[in-house]
Parts: sequence; structure tokens; C-alpha cells
Amino acid sequence: MSDMRSLASPNIRADARVDLLVIANMVQSGSRVLDVGCGDGTLLRLLSETRNVDARGMELSQKGVNDCVAKGLSVIQGNADLDLADYPDDAFDYVILSQTLQATYHPRRVLEHMLRIGKYAIVSFPNFGHWRIRTQLMFKGRMPVTENLSYAWYDTPNIHFCTIRDFVAMSEDIGAGIERGVALNRWGLPIRFEAPWWVWNLFGEQGVFLLRRKS
Amino acid sequence: MTDGARVTAQISAHNGLSVAQGEVESPHSLIVRFSQTEPLVMDSGVALAPLSIAYQTYGQLNADKSNAVLICHALTGDQHVANVHPITGKPGWWDTMVGPGKPIDTDRFFVICSNVVGGCMGTTGPASLNPATGQPYGLDLPVVTIRDMVRAQAKLVDYLGIDELFCVAGGSMGGMQVLQWAALFPQRVFSAMPIAAGARHSSQNIAFHEVGRQAIMADPDWEGGRYFNSGKRPVKGLAVARMAAHITYMSDEALHHKFGRKLQDRSAPTFSFDADFQIESYLRHQGSSFVERFDANSYLYVTRAMDYFDLAADYGGSLAQAFRGTRTRFCVVSFSSDWLFPTSDSRAIVHALNANGASVSFVDIETDKGHDAFLLDLPEFFATSRGFIDAAAKARGLPPGKGMP
Repeated sequence: MSDMRSLASPNIRADARVDLLVIANMVQSGSRVLDVGCGDGTLLRLLSETRNVDARGMELSQKGVNDCVAKGLSVIQGNADLDLADYPDDAFDYVILSQTLQATYHPRRVLEHMLRIGKYAIVSFPNFGHWRIRTQLMFKGRMPVTENLSYAWYDTPNIHFCTIRDFVAMSEDIGAGIERGVALNRWGLPIRFEAPWWVWNLFGEQGVFLLRRKS
Repeated sequence: MTDGARVTAQISAHNGLSVAQGEVESPHSLIVRFSQTEPLVMDSGVALAPLSIAYQTYGQLNADKSNAVLICHALTGDQHVANVHPITGKPGWWDTMVGPGKPIDTDRFFVICSNVVGGCMGTTGPASLNPATGQPYGLDLPVVTIRDMVRAQAKLVDYLGIDELFCVAGGSMGGMQVLQWAALFPQRVFSAMPIAAGARHSSQNIAFHEVGRQAIMADPDWEGGRYFNSGKRPVKGLAVARMAAHITYMSDEALHHKFGRKLQDRSAPTFSFDADFQIESYLRHQGSSFVERFDANSYLYVTRAMDYFDLAADYGGSLAQAFRGTRTRFCVVSFSSDWLFPTSDSRAIVHALNANGASVSFVDIETDKGHDAFLLDLPEFFATSRGFIDAAAKARGLPPGKGMP
């Protein structure tokens, strides 16, 4: 986890969201990428414009898909839990799951498929171990509702929250190697990488990990 | 005169050789005639020769022949995609999609559309003369398959000197041809748009076609397919076939909005079997106008071609095998209210393409217009089609269109 920040890459667009830039910087130029839960295609566009990748997407909402295709992106309607099973082994270099893991039914199975389909998996997710979340639960005694996680418990699509430590443990369980990891603070900026794990887990609002399939 | 009587009168007036007959032998189209030595080898095992292919083109082929788009027409469509139809006088069937500045932009692309084998607009079909007898083929024409249609189109594309098509696009039976093209000639198809289609014809779809065929065959004027001897045509049977089929092209919701239970030019039911309801009058009109431009035997052949289509069956039961190793860029399109080729049919195609790691986009357009939506002016359909085609053109290295970055 040494080279997790080469954010000042000159060819990356300046106006893009920092977490997307962090992900984009983990992707090698000219590679094949599948973005699972690609939304309106912002990351796919960023990748194809700045990294010259063969970028494909999968998105749950049909409106998101149609928007993407109208922009010329190669996107299908699909569900991370169900449809990743269709893809053959090694179809992609990278499979990306950006802010979607916590909304899947079977996060572990999804991650296993990602590492089967792609050589690498890139996952970003909200860290439920962040101090604001911990203090809300501890002092208010209610399910946390924050700026980034603004849903009430009864209507949230996020059904499988985890902390950065949980995620790291699951990655180890399924035999994935952590190539890089970045914790982003509430402004989307990376936390100093020399910081110990407990700092990441307490002050990171989201985690972004580059995982490698262990052969 | 009641509606029913009017329809009968219209149909009677077209007994005997119709204007459509003229299009069979000398169509208002470009035509290429392949000789006895260049037969079409068909799935039935027969070598069909001579073979005529009637076609239309729009736009200019570029110097390296990399901008050709092949449009595949649907069951009762024809090659008149974007020009006034020679029989009906109506605009081309897809002139919303194809033309200058349209998603399939004839200022950028060289667009080709040919009448299918088995058709009746100038390509060899059952109404064409059988050189062995000097009479129309009738049912002596071998049964035609979707693959036969595609092989014939490939002969035309060869004749035009084009190796690789930039795009092959079509809806319904045209979409079946698109899939067949991608499976049969993957290296010749840079991008493909199968729209409102399926990789096989369902049992329900075969059933509707059988109703249509039986209506034609039950018409005494059909005469076992040899109606050209009597000078009559089985127009009543063909009209009924069209009426039944037309129902499948629309959704229940759209019918409800358009017609509901509204009465036709009357304030109360007549207690007769006249076309009391607007929907009856509408269907009768669809039937009677269809027979003016279509040959009954042709209808038997093209419906049969769709029934026989099962792409997976040709590849050991695996649709994924049909697209193995494909480099083609696909855009699969379905319409939410299409019950003839429901969204699930398109999804099955997408799954098979995914299994090959193919480049595929999949758009389902929310609409109540049913199967025929692919022929209609739906902004979201055009926006997604344009996005796909423009991106494919960029990937192919074709110059951008007017006003594009």
C-alpha cells in the first residue's frame, strides 16, 4: 500500500469527483474495464476519455442505462447479484464496484465473481466504522443518518454495511490480495497513508480498494 | 354502405392482378440478377437460381467502403426504407430513423436495404417466375429461412464490393436477420442493432402465424397456392391473416387508449355483425390496405422463415456459442409493452453476448406502443440509437457528422 496516491496525474479531468479520480488512477491505460452499477456513466466516461480503456457498464436502473447508451457508452441493464454469473472468466482486466457493495444481497459472492471475471477488482464503499456513525449509534441510540448515508433505516437500499476492517477481513477470507487501499475523509481526500488501520477505520468516510485475484 | 360491405367492395376491386404484381418482375428499385451459375444454396438443400435481389441505397459509399449500413426489413416490410413507397405512396417505413441528420445518417453512411428472399417486391419469391415452368413458383419455391435471407443479402453485399458492414440493423424479423448476420459472418459486422427481436420464434408467435396461414389457405381463391392460374387472389384470407397479426403488433393498453369500446360512426350497436366498434373498423382497414401491396404466398413463406428461426438450435442449443469470440459491438433494444418479442427475449440475447464478454448495450424503452414501437417516433429510442451509432462510428474511425464534435 505504498503508491496509493498518484492523484496529480496530469491527464485526469480536474472537475471529476475525487473518489472517481482515485479509482481512475488505479486503472491501467488501455485495459478492459467493467463498471458494475455505473449510474449515469460518469466514471465510464472519465475512464474512456482519460485512460483509453475498453469501458463497459452494468446498471440496475433502466433510465441510467438509456442515458449511458445515448452518451455512446456500452452499458446493459443488470443486477450485480444476478447477472455477473453470466460473464466468462478473465473477460476484463478490472471490474469496478463503486458505492454499490453495500446495496447487494450477497457482497461476498459479488466480490468473488468480480475477481473471477477480472484480474483486478476495485471496490469503493462507505465506511460504517467512521466516528460520526459510531457516535450517532452510541449517543443517540438510533440508526445513523449522515450526509453521505441519508436514508432512514426503513427505506435504505443499503442492506450490507461494513467497516473498512470488515472489508479487509472479507478480502482475506476469499483470498484476494490487497494491491492498494485508500481511505477518503469527508471531503473525499485521501488520509495519510502512513496512518495506522484504526485511524483509517475511524476517520475514513469511504474506503477504496484495489484487489488482485490470488492465483 | 356499412363498413363491412365497404371492405368487401374494396377487396373485390383488387381481385385479379394487382399493382403489386408489377413490382415482382420489374420493381421500382435497383435490382441485381444472379445467373444460373451463381445460385443461392438454401437451408432446404435446394440451389435457387436464377436469383434476383431488389434493393435500395441511400447516401454515398466512402473510398475505403467502411461506412455501409445494412437495414434488414421486418415480415411485411420491404426495401423502401426512406423513400416514398411505389405502391402505397406513403413515406418509407423507417424514414424516422434513416435519412439526412437522422440517427442512421445518410449524409455519413451508405445505407442498403434489400427485399428478402421469399418477398414480393422484386427479390425472388413465390410470385416470381419459375424458369422451369414459365409460371410463378407458387409453393414450388423452396421454404426460405432467415439464414437464406442473410446469405442472399451477403451476395448483394459482395456484389457491391463491401467486405465489412459498419452496421447491420433491423427490427422484428429484421432483428432476427441482424442476429443471424452476427452469428454467420462475425468478421463482416462491425456493429449490430437487433431491435424488438428474439433469437427464436416462440410457440405463441408460431401459433399466431399459423392462424394467418390457415386463413389464407381456407380462402377458396388460394387454390393450393396456384391462384395465378385463375387470375384471382386470396385477398379475404390474406386480409384476415393481417388482421390477426396486427393485433400482436399493438399492446392492450394502446388499443384501450386509441379505441376503447368506442363505436364507429354510430351512437348505438346495430345488433348486426357490421363493424360497430372502432377497433373492428380499424382492423378491417389494415387488412384491406395490406392486400393491395402483399402477395399471399409470400406471406406464407416469410412467416414460415420466422417460425423456423432458432439461432441456439443451430449451435448445439447454446445461444452463447452462436456469438463465440465475437468482436461485433451490439446494441440490443426492446420495448416494455412488446408482447410479441418481450423484453425477456432481448435479455436472453444480452446474456448470451455477456457470456462471450462481447461489447453490448441493452436498452429497454418504456412505451405503451407494443411491438410496432420500433417503427414509431420515440425520442428515447432515437437518442439511444444515435448514441450507439455515433460511438461505433468513432470506434470505426469514421468522420463525425455535421455539427458533431
